[in-house]
Amino acid sequence: MKDSNYDKKLKEEISALDRVGFDTKGETERSGSFLVIDNKEEESLSREDELIILPITLALKEYPWVKDLLFSIVNKDKDKWTKMVAEEEQIVGSFIYVKEGVKVQFPTQSCFFLHNEGFDQILHNVIVLDPGSKLDVITGCTTGNLVTRGRHISVTETFVREGASLSYTMIHDWGAKTVVYPRTAIKVEKRGSYTSNYVALTKVGEIQSNPVAYLSDEATVKFSSIIYGRPDSLIDMGSRAILKGRGSSAEIISRVVSKRSRIISRGYIEGGNEGTKGHMECNGLLLDKKSSIYAVPELEASHIDTELSHEASIGKIAGEQLNYLMSRGLDEESARSLLIRGFLEGGIKGLPRNIQDRIDAMIRKATSKESI
Amino acid sequence: MEEKRNKELLLEIKDLSVKTGDKQLLYGVNLNVKEGEVHVIFGPNGSGKSSLVSAIMGLPNYEVVSGDIRFKGKSILGLGLTERARMGIGLAFQHSPVVEGVSVDILLRAIAKDKKIVHEITKETDLKKHLNREVNVGFSGGERKRGELLQLLAQSPQLVMFDEPDSGVDVENMGLIIKIVRKLLQKDLPIMKRKNCGIIVTHSGTILEKIHANIGYVMIGGRIVCSGSPLDIFDQIRTNGFARCAKEARENERFQL
Ligand SMILES: Nc1ncnc2c1ncn2[C@@H]1O[C@H](COP(=O)(O)OP(=O)(O)OP(=O)(O)O)[C@@H](O)[C@H]1O
Ligand SMILES: [Mg+2]
Repeated sequence: MKDSNYDKKLKEEISALDRVGFDTKGETERSGSFLVIDNKEEESLSREDELIILPITLALKEYPWVKDLLFSIVNKDKDKWTKMVAEEEQIVGSFIYVKEGVKVQFPTQSCFFLHNEGFDQILHNVIVLDPGSKLDVITGCTTGNLVTRGRHISVTETFVREGASLSYTMIHDWGAKTVVYPRTAIKVEKRGSYTSNYVALTKVGEIQSNPVAYLSDEATVKFSSIIYGRPDSLIDMGSRAILKGRGSSAEIISRVVSKRSRIISRGYIEGGNEGTKGHMECNGLLLDKKSSIYAVPELEASHIDTELSHEASIGKIAGEQLNYLMSRGLDEESARSLLIRGFLEGGIKGLPRNIQDRIDAMIRKATSKESI
Repeated sequence: MEEKRNKELLLEIKDLSVKTGDKQLLYGVNLNVKEGEVHVIFGPNGSGKSSLVSAIMGLPNYEVVSGDIRFKGKSILGLGLTERARMGIGLAFQHSPVVEGVSVDILLRAIAKDKKIVHEITKETDLKKHLNREVNVGFSGGERKRGELLQLLAQSPQLVMFDEPDSGVDVENMGLIIKIVRKLLQKDLPIMKRKNCGIIVTHSGTILEKIHANIGYVMIGGRIVCSGSPLDIFDQIRTNGFARCAKEARENERFQL
């Protein structure tokens, strides 16, 4: 039996989820909300008629077509982790669905919360935006204060139908020894657009995530990631864009900072049709001798009429800039903190106001003098 | 009534030699600057003027081989950049670096002890529109010069060093630059009340017409080769070039050998 003390603590922790953008106090305008604690769907709530937010099991009952979407763009047999998701008897996860032509004004929030030490959180999520619709989603993934160990294994399949537009912001704030294996695919249909913003600034055991987007004619995708690798973390993060449709385009931007951690920063764009365009920017900053960053920008052209480019750089904080700031009286830590903050801020710009503010606050916290 | 007292010696440079890597940049430089004084340094390109102010500021790569730099009576050779800046030494860089990702506003707030002045000083330097831009990124030459002065206004140092604050500045902006240099040097206070002092590195006379300087020097080949009234020296340079000073320098050297 769980005692009332346990419930009280859980409540406190839930109310602290705003650190990953999940507002439980009603202070920020949200169109809907979805919360999973360990493997229980605690909340699924929509404030709009044509925005459906349900636990995936209920969605399967209510919308028979959802069944055909499961494992339709992520291969069930891709690896050990996708197999684990496929083998779950009772599937847990979110279903977010916006009906045709509906432009949802405020962001929908979701949160995957690991509350019990050592728990395996296994999820299957589906997002569908019908033609011409629009939605902003902010997802926070985090652990309870005392949880250090645990695993998050998930499959997320996203469908952006013709002319629809989805911005998807994901904030990772895991425990020190948590391991995280999300498997994500996005299908962006004709003239659809998908914007992904990924933020991971706190300590984690291991993250391995390589979302892949498949684009139809004139579809666009933009992946931005900012990552701050903390001591002993291993982060393997990379975005992939497959430009199958004519005139489709992709942009991948990543800013990674490594502090005694190892970061693999991947990017892959395949230009597979005429008039396709792809650009990748991959910048890394090493903070000390024990850090490593492995940048793997890959371009593949399988059509003559595609334009692909990438820029990659890895280095340490420029001495010239540091000296300049210090010559105005800033101490070294403050100067470094400003420079690291500026570097990360450059990675994610122009989000909906209340999401951008949240991320800026997180960057400020992560790069404060005390925490760099 | 304030007691009349002698002006305090703020900066004392004794027989200073500086190198970077294997290259010697300065040879036995001597310089004393008191409260309220302004000193001007002339000299051809590559003669060591920036090296001198950089060494005073404490920029790494300017290694003191011999001699001493004292500020407010204490040797500062062992002190880093931050400490020197906090003691009251400030430098407007000749070539300021770009600082990507850091906005002017954020930097000024980090520098200024009194955050309330930020608004006022950006107005004074006509850089209000630049407040949200990244420091020096895409700034024009003149904007960069004003940006340096803006940061110094935030820092408010007691020894203010200007490394070519006027080069590449148009006529209209020159007026603005001069106004701010005057402010930093407390030129509008009565002489006895001025606590600040300055070193100005310049190639032009405009700034000297508007800002009275106490003494001028010519630096050639890492040495101060002559000194005197700043306007006289500037006139000489204009008529005879650096040649006469250079000749004196060579004679000096021969004399030393
Ligand atoms: N880090 C360095 N490495 C090598 N040489 C250097 C370095 N710094 C300065 N020098 C050299 O020292 C000499 C003096 O340079 P400095 O910048 O002090 O000249 P300056 O008098 O300020 O010239 P200008 O009027 O062109 O600004 C130059 O020949 C310059 O190339
Ligand atoms: Mg110079």
